[in-house]
Amino acid sequence: MAQTESELLDNPVAGRPTLILRSPDFHSITEAVAEPVERQTPIGWWLFFIPSVALLGLLGIAVSWLFWEGIGIWGLNVPVGWAFDITNFVFWIGIGHAGTLISAILFLFRQKWRTSINRAAEAMTIFAVMCALLFPGIHVGRVWVAYWMFPLPNQMGMWPNFRSPLLWDVFAVSVYGTVSVLFWYVGLIPDLAMMRDRAKTGARKFAYGLFALGWRGSVRQWHHYESAYLVLAALATPLVLSVHSIVSMDFAVSLLPGWHTTIFPPYFVAGAIFSGFAMVLTLMVICRTAFRLEHIVTLRHFDYMAKITLVTGSMVGFAYATEFFTAWYSGNPYEFFTFLNRAGGPYAWAYWIMVSCNVLSPQVFWFKKARTSIPILFVMSIIINIGMWFERYVIIVTSLHRDFLPSAWGYFTPTIWDVACLLGSFGLFFTMFCLFVRFLPMVATAEVKTVLPQADPHYGSAPEREIKEHRAALPARRAPEPAPGEA
Amino acid sequence: MPLLRPQLPKAPHYGILAEFATPADLYHACERVRDAGFTRWDAHTPFPVHGLEGAMGLRRSPLPWIVLGAGLTGAAVGFVLQWWVHASAYPLVISGKPYFAWPAMIPITFELGVLFAAFGAVLGMLGLNRLPMHHHPLFKSKVFERVTDDAFFISIESWDPRFDPSATGTLLESLGARSVALLESE
Repeated sequence: MAQTESELLDNPVAGRPTLILRSPDFHSITEAVAEPVERQTPIGWWLFFIPSVALLGLLGIAVSWLFWEGIGIWGLNVPVGWAFDITNFVFWIGIGHAGTLISAILFLFRQKWRTSINRAAEAMTIFAVMCALLFPGIHVGRVWVAYWMFPLPNQMGMWPNFRSPLLWDVFAVSVYGTVSVLFWYVGLIPDLAMMRDRAKTGARKFAYGLFALGWRGSVRQWHHYESAYLVLAALATPLVLSVHSIVSMDFAVSLLPGWHTTIFPPYFVAGAIFSGFAMVLTLMVICRTAFRLEHIVTLRHFDYMAKITLVTGSMVGFAYATEFFTAWYSGNPYEFFTFLNRAGGPYAWAYWIMVSCNVLSPQVFWFKKARTSIPILFVMSIIINIGMWFERYVIIVTSLHRDFLPSAWGYFTPTIWDVACLLGSFGLFFTMFCLFVRFLPMVATAEVKTVLPQADPHYGSAPEREIKEHRAALPARRAPEPAPGEA
Repeated sequence: MPLLRPQLPKAPHYGILAEFATPADLYHACERVRDAGFTRWDAHTPFPVHGLEGAMGLRRSPLPWIVLGAGLTGAAVGFVLQWWVHASAYPLVISGKPYFAWPAMIPITFELGVLFAAFGAVLGMLGLNRLPMHHHPLFKSKVFERVTDDAFFISIESWDPRFDPSATGTLLESLGARSVALLESE
């Protein structure tokens, strides 16, 4: 869909690319987003939902068996005391970070293209945090005393150790989950009101109306609402950076070669955003096709996301190289052995999967053809997520399996229950996501409407016409770039 | 429940509701209503229209101050909790660290500051907006259902000192309103 010069001049931010294609009016945005939630459940939805619920059931079985039998059902043992459990935890919490980046950090930077994808990305964050919280909860073994992690007065008069990064982690991740839910819910209020006002049945009107809190779209309300949204974005930005930094300190504060390194906080944050954007790509490729939102989630959005993926992937690659350099430069034989062993030891296969998926393969995104090709984006997003899972696996397992004395060396092999918990967590994630796209508007309509040209209160007014005439009098400029791939 | 219902004075009408076609029309109408000296009125839009609070003459939201207060409270709670646990209630030597190892207490102090601030932002916003309020006279209007879709409204309440059922209606019509209607009181 080509944008002509004159169409761009009608744009109050003339010269900038139009974010939403097909020049829709406000009502058609409402229709495009609300209609998939209101129509009868399509067969395709069941095709995703039923396998997801099956995997969720697998998770239920695996976790129940774990509670019954203890963590001996997993393959971990001395010296590898952390394996799939913490790998999965770090993997899922990292996935969540891209959602917060899109909803908070890009909001502060006034990146208006975020409006098309932020709702789904924030939902992804919440579901990923749910999956993440599961693993530290169940890996303690005796889950019935998991409440010892919280500073609750108890009959033993005991308190947790606030000087431990593991406790910082409990606070960081639970605060992150809570703030993500608050942020998401605040963003949903106007759209829940939209669903309430469109509802045909009393039950729908009641359900959406209850959670819409009686939103009237009043400017006096929007005024405080926008202030709250800005403040939440400003709070979520340092929060998200702190969360993965603290997660990395679970490792960095220990005295284990391969973990004890100051590069971890920035390296983990970059990796988190990298893997999270890959997951956003996976989900948005499916959703935009399934719900026919190609004009709202355009190839331009994918182009931007692919660029962020390329940048963060290269940062991660740089961090891998820096770790090796530091290990050599430190002169510490344990440290250097750990890294040589990573790349050439018994887990070399995992290390090279990690490098090829995370560092080499995203380099295709230097090419615009790759950044705007849906099949390439989809395949790449899967490859990156495999690579990022292996990154955490490599960090955790390879650092542990070679202890300081060779007599304590070991090799971790996952059991069927390790795999069941990993697959089951995907079941939880996709079940939640399926329910989300079925019952809630997956695009923030109130925000998308603000980026339409006619949303500007000075659209079509006199100064705008003067600018147009002025522009017309100027010598011919370079034609504005059409939306990539959709020209 | 009194919380969920607006506390409205007794009047035959709630007020007057005028619909405008575009954000630009609404913006200019708001400027005129503001300049006419109305105080008990509001505009309604499906999305936040940039600059409309200025056209309505609204003051800055006090919300950031609420958030600041809540955030500082949270940080103080976090810090005092950790000090109390480690230096007072349950002093225990762990890894030879001092009881009051304050640098190790910064992460949780920060997290609790953010947590309280976020609740301050959300609950403060709902409080300032008098939400939840599931019943309101505006919801009785059929056209008002489109306020979350593509319609733009100005509502002027009947207990505004300058309100007059016919003159106010005429004013809104002269400002380019697409339709003007009186709203029944609850």
